[in-house]
Amino acid sequence: MEETVKTTNDDIVLELENLRVKFVLETETVEAVNGISISLRRGRTLGLAGETGAGKTTTALSLLRLVPYPGRVECDKLVVEGHDVLKMSQKELEKYRGADLAMIFQDPMTSLNPVFTVGQQIADTIMLHDPTTREDAMKKAEAMLELVGIPAARAVEYPHQFSGGMKQRVVIAIALACNPGVLIADEPTTALDVTIQAQVLALMKKLRDERGMSMIMITHDLGIIADVCDEVAIMYAGRIIEYGTLRDVFNHTRHPYTEGLFNSLPNIRSRREKLKPIPGLMPDPSNLPKGCAFAPRCRYATDACRAERPADRMLSDTHMVACTRYDEPGFRIDRPDRD
Amino acid sequence: MKKAETSPVLLTSKKYVKQSQIRIILHNLRKNTGAMIGLGIILSLIIVSCLSDIIFDYDTEIAGINIADKLIRPCREHIFGTDDLGRDIFKRVLYGAKYSLGVGFAATMIGMFIGVIFGSIAGYYCGLAEDIIMRCNDVLSAVPSILMGIVIVSALGASTFNLMLAIGITSVPQFVRITRAAVLSVRNQEYVEALKATGMSEARIIAFHIIPNCMSPIIVQITLRIASAIIAASSLSFLGLGVPVPAPEWGSMLNLGRQYVRTASYLTIFPGLAILITVLAFNLLGDGLRDALDPKLRK
Repeated sequence: MEETVKTTNDDIVLELENLRVKFVLETETVEAVNGISISLRRGRTLGLAGETGAGKTTTALSLLRLVPYPGRVECDKLVVEGHDVLKMSQKELEKYRGADLAMIFQDPMTSLNPVFTVGQQIADTIMLHDPTTREDAMKKAEAMLELVGIPAARAVEYPHQFSGGMKQRVVIAIALACNPGVLIADEPTTALDVTIQAQVLALMKKLRDERGMSMIMITHDLGIIADVCDEVAIMYAGRIIEYGTLRDVFNHTRHPYTEGLFNSLPNIRSRREKLKPIPGLMPDPSNLPKGCAFAPRCRYATDACRAERPADRMLSDTHMVACTRYDEPGFRIDRPDRD
Repeated sequence: MKKAETSPVLLTSKKYVKQSQIRIILHNLRKNTGAMIGLGIILSLIIVSCLSDIIFDYDTEIAGINIADKLIRPCREHIFGTDDLGRDIFKRVLYGAKYSLGVGFAATMIGMFIGVIFGSIAGYYCGLAEDIIMRCNDVLSAVPSILMGIVIVSALGASTFNLMLAIGITSVPQFVRITRAAVLSVRNQEYVEALKATGMSEARIIAFHIIPNCMSPIIVQITLRIASAIIAASSLSFLGLGVPVPAPEWGSMLNLGRQYVRTASYLTIFPGLAILITVLAFNLLGDGLRDALDPKLRK
């Protein structure tokens, strides 16, 4: 592939700077993503958490350059595995998708083609990126199935003959078939029940570690993040409002929204305690408030918050928070640090 | 569960054998008596058409004039009687199956080929392409199909191939519409997006993943369109615009027998019955296939 850009740090497999995605409709403009920057190191897993509509999936699709019409994607920099994705032609994009960056979709029930056997579907993906005979591709497909814990003999079966968890394993096999450097998992366990969830997550962790792959895990389940991820980005209304290592975000929470998320979780130690949900709803992305998007729901909000968008503030080398109140020396949210 | 154990489909799946789609469809079709009768008639017609040139000698038995035997009523020797030129109607009806089936299949294939290509483009790429294709389609389907057939055949000249082409073109709009509707329902499925994410090109996704998912309405449409193509072919031949005489096309046989309707009605009854039975057979099969291919109706 052409346009190989030397990254300053070889360790970084994915670098995204200032991504903005807008959906321009006749009547309104929906601002789905408003300036997101991510950098992902080899072998690390980034968790992307946020409510429905926070722009998580749109961010993932932007990385593949698959945002559907009428979406408009603007971005200062997108380099994956040393390839400048922004300068790719259609042909190069097709090569890049699946080979460098693969994606697992949310619902395994619908992400397999019902008219082909699972073996054929894995073999198809292999043959797209690796010119080989169908027999060889089928053999590799069977090996992939074994890898995700499905007997190779089942390669001749159709998706409807598999259960949901098994289908998600097949989807994982397809995504990993071409050995991508980065895997995006878009809520891979949302459609599965808890026991199967645990199995699939364990499988993904195992394969990630075996292959030294980087992963972006999109979820709204903070438990999954704690289980799988090294770094966490909390998204709200198309922005990352808190970013850091798992320890930074979970144990040294700084943003009021993140605090609200943790308060909404049931506490296993005191079961009588009432849940404290965040009041209000996510703002309409076609009509975002002028200042901080979270200000209308935030109990710490001041006039300054409502007047101007908060800048990204680095609290340590790894920990970023976008909250105006940290301008004031000594400002603290109520959630205590824990270690 | 008793029923499931006897089903061959379920038994084979336990050994992880690839299920043949055709076997599943046939299994479902077998329960439908009408469709099986239709299939039987169609298969025997196909066999007759394949063998007709071996069984009959075209020049003497089918087209050969034998005035001495003219207008014999149905009897043991000529079970459908003979026409005004002394030709055996039974043999001619059997031989004519070739023309009706041939034109029916070929015309439908032409229509399907063009229709599926444009229909899938219109369904997949919405916007301008869809508008242009669908409006042209509206114009095409606004013209009555027989009129359209007459225009095309008279412009190109009466021959069997032009007849196929004319009928094929008139059946394009149906295929465009049905393919577009099927593609529209498939294109937003998550697996299409998942395929894009694996780096498959759009043309490949349409050809190898979307169209196979749209096959069941198209297959049903094919069987039903063959029936109407046979009627259209007979109508055009009746008008003298189809297969040229003396070929025993059923429609042109009807036309020949027209002047003897009062005195020798068997000249028109038997070719007419042949058309009726063939069309009925295709319709029965089409209805059966629609049920067999619909997963919601499967037990």
